Amino acid sequence: MNASIIQSRPDFAAIAAWIPEGSAVLDLGCGDGSLLRYLRETRKVVGYGVEISDANVATCIANGVNVIQNDLESGLADFEDDAFDSVILSQTLQATKHTEALMKEILRVGREGIVSFPNFGYWKNRMQVLCGNMPISTDMPYQWYDTPNVHLCTLHDFEDLCATHEVSILARHVMTEGNDVNVLPNLLGSMAVYRVKRAG
Amino acid sequence: MNSSVGIVKAQRATFDTTLTFKSGAVLPRYELMYETYGTLNADKSNAILICHALSGHHHVAGYYADDTKNIGWWDNMVGPGKPIDTLKFFVIGLNNLGGCHGSTGPSSIDPSTGKPYGSSFPVVTVEDWVNAQARLADQLGIQRFAAIVGGSLGGMQAMQWALAYPDRVAHVLAIATAPHLTAQNIAFNDVARSAILTDPEFHGGDFYQHGVVPTRGLRLARMLGHITYLSDDAMADKFGRELRHGKLNFSYDIEFQIESYLRYQGDKFAAYFDANTYLLMTKALDYFDPARELDGDLNRAFAAAKAKFLVVSFTTDWRFSPARSHEIVHALLHNRRDVSYAEVTSDHGHDSFLMEDTQYIAVMRNYLDGVAREISK
Repeated sequence: MNASIIQSRPDFAAIAAWIPEGSAVLDLGCGDGSLLRYLRETRKVVGYGVEISDANVATCIANGVNVIQNDLESGLADFEDDAFDSVILSQTLQATKHTEALMKEILRVGREGIVSFPNFGYWKNRMQVLCGNMPISTDMPYQWYDTPNVHLCTLHDFEDLCATHEVSILARHVMTEGNDVNVLPNLLGSMAVYRVKRAG
Repeated sequence: MNSSVGIVKAQRATFDTTLTFKSGAVLPRYELMYETYGTLNADKSNAILICHALSGHHHVAGYYADDTKNIGWWDNMVGPGKPIDTLKFFVIGLNNLGGCHGSTGPSSIDPSTGKPYGSSFPVVTVEDWVNAQARLADQLGIQRFAAIVGGSLGGMQAMQWALAYPDRVAHVLAIATAPHLTAQNIAFNDVARSAILTDPEFHGGDFYQHGVVPTRGLRLARMLGHITYLSDDAMADKFGRELRHGKLNFSYDIEFQIESYLRYQGDKFAAYFDANTYLLMTKALDYFDPARELDGDLNRAFAAAKAKFLVVSFTTDWRFSPARSHEIVHALLHNRRDVSYAEVTSDHGHDSFLMEDTQYIAVMRNYLDGVAREISK
């Protein structure tokens, strides 16, 4: 199962690399729980997911993954300060309405945050906008009218948010189709994973 | 979903060792009615205990040979191929101490007087029930339950198991429940109790000797309870302002359909339920508060628990609201226990936990499939 998950979600391996063995992890918007399951199998984490969809909650339970059914947008009141070593927000940031508040919550309940999102600044996205259309890609496979993504951003935008909100960036991993991108990441990377913590 | 465990038989367990209640009262001897479904495996690791709520009892699933219409109260959840799968699990339902379905309770004969216990029956707590249930488990040779499941007051018992006997339960399924009642909830119970206590035929709890039953009080108590188990929307949908005879009669007879329904429910309940049992059950609800002796700190109370938890609430349940389930989840998370929480969208208020809802059934089934996998490992 691990190999197929890594193929379909290249950000999983990048995320796992930053999760110490046996740590406590919270996965926000955990979907069917496959990342948590992967982390449990490869990193022996004590993990919990937060998920709003009924179908995903039922699947997480079937997968033996701890899941708390809740709306991320209403905050993380179930969780205490510094309750987790890492809080993961994987491919969900762009779909949150209260993005700023959520970033604060992530770094309240977690000592570190790991955030991945599709890079709107990727050249193929820019090309589609230049040609007069909203971009559609593997990372953003939606029409403008049915997309859940309400807060798309570029790497620069996200880093600006961190700078103005006392968030330190510990590491960054930029990828396109599963391959690492080290040159002109904001142009050549389709997706980014950031490891962050509270500044100071 | 139509498969049934079929014909079942109630059994009686007798205990000749003294049970000391939380109140200090002592019962030298008592009996518990129970039923079992499915087969206990060789290492006795597949047992599930079902704890009942206020008006429940040991007849959880199936039907009786001489009364085929008397189907168990959770037959939609318990049976072959159902979420609590009797092909995989050995399932036990019991009638709690103080009940009125055959277990020793206020209407039972006190051997020391030859008369019904009545007012002399001890006030029972959730802790007392769980202690009695543990003795039943001992008698059946079950050292550790694969799971203990309960809704509402039954959920409180399931939680109490994890706190009092942490090594004797692997999984707790706490459904539509709360770590303690709110003032509003106690208030509802007090009104219900007042209805019974002030019924002239209650006779201080010793109505048996007078050959009467305080049906008026019991009926009112049930009517009030019933209102709180339904949601505003469910009542509006089911009854609205519909009139029974299509026009206003300018009288105090039944006019609106909701009145007819509530009175029917009240009458039905008062015809078979024991008034003293009703009082005891509501007191047990009011008293349950595992954090009480720990300065109200639920986190500390749950530090004792070792079981994995599934917590389920229902969106329109205002008597045991989702917020109350979150309190349980919070305490479990604080102690880093394994816990999943599902908030099921349902129109049926507190009664939802007895209804057949696709998502609810899926959550229960998926969780218990995992429990079954653990056993077979």
